[in-house]
Amino acid sequence: MPLTAATRRRAFVSEILGRSDYAIIGELIEPGTRVLDLGCGEGELLQWLAENKGVEARGIEVDPRRVQRAIARGVSVYQGDIDQDLAGYPDQSFDYVILSQTLQETRRPLRVLREMLRLGRRAIVTFPNYGHWSVRLSLLWRGRAPMTRRFPHHWYDSPNIHFTTVKDFDELARAESWTVERQIFLAGHYQGRFLANLLAEVAVFLIKK
Amino acid sequence: MIVDTQYARFESIALDCGATLAPVEVAYQTYGALNAARSNAILILHAFSGDAHAAGLSREEGKPGWWDNMIGPGKGFDTDKYFMICANVLGGCRGTTGPSSVNPATGAPYAMAFPVITISDMVRLQKMLIDHLGIKRLLAVTGGSMGAMQALEWAVAYPESVVSSIPIAGTARHSAQQIAFNEVGRQAIMADPDWNEGNYYGIKPPARGLAVARMVGHITFMSDESMREKFGRRLRDKDKVGFDFSVDFEVESYLRYRGSKFVDRFDANSYFFITKAMDYFDLTNGTGSLVNALRDVKSRFLVISFTSDWLYPSYQSLEVVNALRALNKDVAYCELPSNYGHDAFLVDVGEQTEVVRGFLASTFKANT
Repeated sequence: MPLTAATRRRAFVSEILGRSDYAIIGELIEPGTRVLDLGCGEGELLQWLAENKGVEARGIEVDPRRVQRAIARGVSVYQGDIDQDLAGYPDQSFDYVILSQTLQETRRPLRVLREMLRLGRRAIVTFPNYGHWSVRLSLLWRGRAPMTRRFPHHWYDSPNIHFTTVKDFDELARAESWTVERQIFLAGHYQGRFLANLLAEVAVFLIKK
Repeated sequence: MIVDTQYARFESIALDCGATLAPVEVAYQTYGALNAARSNAILILHAFSGDAHAAGLSREEGKPGWWDNMIGPGKGFDTDKYFMICANVLGGCRGTTGPSSVNPATGAPYAMAFPVITISDMVRLQKMLIDHLGIKRLLAVTGGSMGAMQALEWAVAYPESVVSSIPIAGTARHSAQQIAFNEVGRQAIMADPDWNEGNYYGIKPPARGLAVARMVGHITFMSDESMREKFGRRLRDKDKVGFDFSVDFEVESYLRYRGSKFVDRFDANSYFFITKAMDYFDLTNGTGSLVNALRDVKSRFLVISFTSDWLYPSYQSLEVVNALRALNKDVAYCELPSNYGHDAFLVDVGEQTEVVRGFLASTFKANT
């Protein structure tokens, strides 16, 4: 994917959503498709996709206050738990199922990923890379549970319960025989493939079964 | 805003039970203005004991409508943007034809000779009113409790006429518990000798039976928590219990008061017909499942339930939502936090206002 001028991307991201992985998702998604966002928060991404890509947007969010704000935004969000409530959607009912930086918070990540590929033709998964050098340094030199820009919580109050690296996710995709159609690695406002597992803060995977 | 009740008369209406009611009259009120495209009309559907007076101040008594906190300029149902209609239900006693209306065949009130009606009969009459008002499509149909049943029935019965449906604190079918409470209410009225098989018009209404029925109802509308907060064990106008069966506790006084007030505005026979319509309501009738029942709906949905509502618990809303999800329909669902029990949709409207306003705005935008 020719991810062009970094300056344009920076402008694009900060202007609209302030998140670089959202910008990538925005590029990956074809206009006019059906999209389900798992753990959609207040529905900002879905609203953006509906307005700019004309997608039919749906979301699931577990936090009641966020669900209310998302619905108030006009996004059709279902108050439910992605660890439990995905079974209610029929097979292949979405073109894309998005999981943006939520995988690490799920109780059964593999089950969630399999569900995503059951109910969606494609899955877009973004996650903070636990293989990033800052994480490694924190453990190696400080001997402490990593607290970095992408993992900002103390170990005792972190919502993150399953950590994965770029390499781990690649391995899993291979083991599950998923086709990785795209993988994009982000560090700050830049993307690149060089030493991805060491340098990427966030990884974006576009996969299909 | 002073509002007047208006009336529409129709020659007849065919009912689910096979009978035909002729003529039939509907009492309704409207708020806001219909736009030129006639695309901003919202039908408000009242609950069991509600009426057409949903908002504004009534001309007769200057009393605010039952959903005045939701309907008005800048409110959840914004009268600056939308045109709202609310009609008293068929079988009611607040202006629409019901058991207290005069049967033209006998010249006396129908009383218990009134035909047994259903939620879909109520909706059919509302559709006649909407047609009469020259509105082809409703931007939204919405209501709480029995209003939610009608909102669901509308989406199923008239898919082309409903852009969106907002059932609040409702169900697709009455549960055993809901039927049980209604039956207690009916039995309380029947046990009152003044009921006289329903023939009390012009004599003495079954005030005690109806009041007891309403007392039971009020308990089901609240929650343990809201009753603890509102009454606790506080005594009524005394420092210690009286060792008799006069009113000791605040909660007793409240229930007696609500019971006696209800008698002033509600007809005991309507209690029978409307509760029976609710008990008969089952959206799956004739189709075997909710998924089948909802297969052909075309509207968008916003389903709302409340955490402390034990009369219409969230699982009932979720049954509807899950059937819609299984069908890939456009549905938003939230369970709003509230301590007020089933009454929440009437009294605890802060978050409800926020979600309704946003949902309506996006629905309106997508359809104009």
